[in-house]
Amino acid sequence: MIVRTPSQRAALLDRSRTVTVVGASDKPLRPSYVVFSYLRTQGRFAVYPINPGVGEIDGIPAFSSLAAFAREHGAPDIVDIFRKPSEVVGIVEQAIAVHAKAVWFQYGVINEQAIQRADDAGMDVVVDRCLKVESARLNGGLAAAGLNSGLITSRRTSR
Amino acid sequence: MNDREFGFRTRAIHAGTPPDAATGARAMPIYQSAAFVFGSSEEAAELFALRSYGHIYGRISNPTVSAFEERMASLERGLGAVAFSSGLAAQLCAVLCVAQNGDHLVCAANIYGGTITQFGVTLRRMGIETTFVPGDDFDAIGDAILPNTKLLFAETIGNPSGTIGDIERLSAVAHERDVPLCIDNTFASPYLCRPIEYGADLVVHSATKFICGHGTVIGGVLIESGKFAWDSGRFPLLSDPSPGYHQLRFTETFGEYAFLIRARAEVLRDVGASLAPMDAWLLIQGLETLPVRMERHSMNALAVARWLQSRPEVQWVSYPGLPEHPHYERAQKYLRGGAGAIFAFGIAGGREAGRRFINALQLWSHLANVGDAKSLVIHPASTTHSQLSDVELQGAGVAPEMVRLSVGLEDTEDLIWDLECALRASSGQSSTGSIT
Repeated sequence: MIVRTPSQRAALLDRSRTVTVVGASDKPLRPSYVVFSYLRTQGRFAVYPINPGVGEIDGIPAFSSLAAFAREHGAPDIVDIFRKPSEVVGIVEQAIAVHAKAVWFQYGVINEQAIQRADDAGMDVVVDRCLKVESARLNGGLAAAGLNSGLITSRRTSR
Repeated sequence: MNDREFGFRTRAIHAGTPPDAATGARAMPIYQSAAFVFGSSEEAAELFALRSYGHIYGRISNPTVSAFEERMASLERGLGAVAFSSGLAAQLCAVLCVAQNGDHLVCAANIYGGTITQFGVTLRRMGIETTFVPGDDFDAIGDAILPNTKLLFAETIGNPSGTIGDIERLSAVAHERDVPLCIDNTFASPYLCRPIEYGADLVVHSATKFICGHGTVIGGVLIESGKFAWDSGRFPLLSDPSPGYHQLRFTETFGEYAFLIRARAEVLRDVGASLAPMDAWLLIQGLETLPVRMERHSMNALAVARWLQSRPEVQWVSYPGLPEHPHYERAQKYLRGGAGAIFAFGIAGGREAGRRFINALQLWSHLANVGDAKSLVIHPASTTHSQLSDVELQGAGVAPEMVRLSVGLEDTEDLIWDLECALRASSGQSSTGSIT
């Protein structure tokens, strides 16, 4: 299913525990590192880098592929993708092969064929969104930065 | 959680202020604390590296101020907002977020005097030049945009002329040349107009006016749409490595949030013009009643303007809510729910009559502010511009007979009664008026 609404994204994050960040960089100014580091330090998810070019990031061993990750940890809940759009069809095929539950295409990672393939395979699919931003929308992070979370509620939430 | 798109009035009351997570307090608490403890060294490092969200030090952010910012971002349909200690601080920091020594701005002429001096004198001294161009001369505005131009600046409603900026055309002229449009939306407030919906990229407010609504706070706010492409190469302050932030490229690391993160983490941090938590709290309170106040302000202003038109002591009335105003049609398009509280009229008898009129008022407050629940009045020729001769006044675009009103929320009949008494006094008649 293509995940389009805030409540659908909230439900996806709520039921997910394991996130693999495909293309996570060990360079501190790269968005993929910023997202990896944020998700890891928040402690909300178990986060693993997938990058054959790096050994580890912040003490977390990197896996060379989703298959290598799955052999050790099983199926990831979310495959978060920081790769060129032209390279993501193959990543989606890997995600399907390891029975990942969701594919998350970061800002600008838009490939219609890959989106269609992931959707047809029954995975939840998020397109052109940032996993860090959507997590921060729900946990109060965006609000703390004066950013418009879009959340309106009279219910007390624990953050 | 659900996906309802809540309306403006609901967001004016709820956006940014869910019940306090720590205590359950339903009203927004005033977090009167200069600094905030870190959970751990690692958390502190993540915060300082801008990888995580949270509060470090009150000059950069504060939970009460953030609540105000989020509410303003919601009401203006922006991506986010940064609050400042005044409206002039907000627009200064909007400029400093995109421009530096050697850069250039284009600004609609006939703009607020404080903006003219900030841009034309203080920023010029700092090496940022501004070309002032008549706000309706779109060809001249386009021609004034140079390769080093970083911003086109204009107002929704001009002060005190009531001219309405054609935001759609201004944004088209700016965007054709890769330049963002910044709109000062102070006089309209987000209730009457949301410039981002017409193509503006940045919106600034003096929150002192209608956002506060009660004349109790000096504050400002800057909202960004998140839609402008800051990575075109024209904005090296956002896209080149920053020596102020360990060689970070804001556009690379933060994408659509680049402008807002830089406005806070570098500009507000270094300029230091932060809004106080107590003041943010008063502004949050003010916003809750913004829709009902703006409707009542506009209703009273229209009634007062129509009444003034009928008076022999009045030469002219310039209110964009009147069909006679040159921008009446534009006001109908851009201002929804009324034409606002502020307008000017000309009093027969010039400077001296204006002086007598002001001195005879009993209910209207004679002061240099607008946007208060209380009705306010000023006669520039006998106050702010009293050193100028009549010829010099005309040169400054201020007519000797011009009186500016900011119509408040009192009973319409009482406002008109006071004006009638003072108009009689201005023309040498008995000052005893009657309720009309």
